[in-house]
Amino acid sequence: MLRVAIVDYGRGNIHSVAKALAHLGCRPEVVTRPEELVSYGPVVLPGVGAFADAFDTLTASGMAGALRDHATAGRPLLGICLGLQLLMQTGTEGGTSPGLGLIPGEVRRLEAPGRKIPHTSWNSVTFTQPSPLSAGLGTGADFYFVHSYAAFPAERRHWLGETDYGQTFAAIAGAGLTLGTQFHPEKSGSVGLRLLHNFVRIAGGEV
Amino acid sequence: MLKRIIPCLDVKDGRVVKGVSFGNLVDAGDAVELARQYDSDGADELAFLDITASLEGRRTFTDLLSQVAEQIFIPLSAGGGVSTPADVGRLLRAGADKVTINTAAVENPELIAEASSAYGAQCIVLAIDAAHVAGAHWQVYTHGGRRPTELDAVDWAARAVALGAGEILLTSIDADGRQTGYDLSLTRAVSLAVPVPVIASGGAGSVADIQAVLTTGRADAALLASLLHFGQLTVGAIKAALAEHVPLRHIRPPG
Repeated sequence: MLRVAIVDYGRGNIHSVAKALAHLGCRPEVVTRPEELVSYGPVVLPGVGAFADAFDTLTASGMAGALRDHATAGRPLLGICLGLQLLMQTGTEGGTSPGLGLIPGEVRRLEAPGRKIPHTSWNSVTFTQPSPLSAGLGTGADFYFVHSYAAFPAERRHWLGETDYGQTFAAIAGAGLTLGTQFHPEKSGSVGLRLLHNFVRIAGGEV
Repeated sequence: MLKRIIPCLDVKDGRVVKGVSFGNLVDAGDAVELARQYDSDGADELAFLDITASLEGRRTFTDLLSQVAEQIFIPLSAGGGVSTPADVGRLLRAGADKVTINTAAVENPELIAEASSAYGAQCIVLAIDAAHVAGAHWQVYTHGGRRPTELDAVDWAARAVALGAGEILLTSIDADGRQTGYDLSLTRAVSLAVPVPVIASGGAGSVADIQAVLTTGRADAALLASLLHFGQLTVGAIKAALAEHVPLRHIRPPG
């Protein structure tokens, strides 16, 4: 059974990601100490909350370094929601703060005049580039979002999926096997489970 | 923004029940089974409401919520008897994504602010039960629709959002369980008054009613109970019929 690490840094909905992975036949394991990360292939970084605060926590525990090592070794990493944002170079929530720097670009507050913030709803994602994450999902699908900030990768090649909510933001960002979704695949019904299944397949070396 | 269809499960002593205008409860089935069925039918979210009053009943509800959360991969809201930020935390830990607050928020509006700053506005839903008085005026009721308050529903919704509510669940006491249509005027008045999503509840009897509340009523979501529990319509059939008129999520990707 494929072991999947879920990084727990006190910011998150660990449980719903864990049960979705278990539903897919994996063995999700909650990881709190950075030195544990090396024994895993796939790692999921979930999270809700403010960027700067979360990054400080990851840095203080040494988890930020361990995640960077994991990603630069070419091992699969999936950031979800705040987890995706933390993969970026720079955040602006709670003051300007560096992120993990695995994907060039920044995280900014959504500018959606006349629309409701946080963006809490199902919304459509257009897959802008072929990616193993969206295999079998056609050219786009609807996913569930809860966020006020969004990632804007600097390079077009790192935008794997985009969504429009007043402005166009990266719903899926990725560089190699460092991947992130702004939406919650674990809350997006059968389509979300399919995307998580795809991540697990990448991790299992089947793609 | 995509509109949502939200089946609502009122739970009493571990069973789903449904009444008419907040009374005359009848058994409507097993919560876990119904939740699973609604998820696979294409529901966009599920709402769980604990209508037991006893402490024992509360525990049963939290356990049941965890069981449901294990099987469901769509957003889940839960409420009923929530009176402290700790209650909000309890339901979130049991697997809810959002928590609904009703009576306790009327008695202590600061609860909305406290819960919102502790857990985020996106997971705090203010439930309002309102009955029509006259003209464009609806009165807020608490204690499961039994006790009238001085509050005007539209004013209260706006105030709650200013305090940090991320969503409004609006139930018309007049229409609840009667299947004669939503109170469109009430829903529209509240929707226009607040910058957060409004979930319309009470009165759905047909696809046309749901369509009306999501368009004329300006609601972001429609809450359904009787119509679904007794098998008159399925979520799938409702969404198929609405698809031409209202933006809805696709359950499966095209192609």
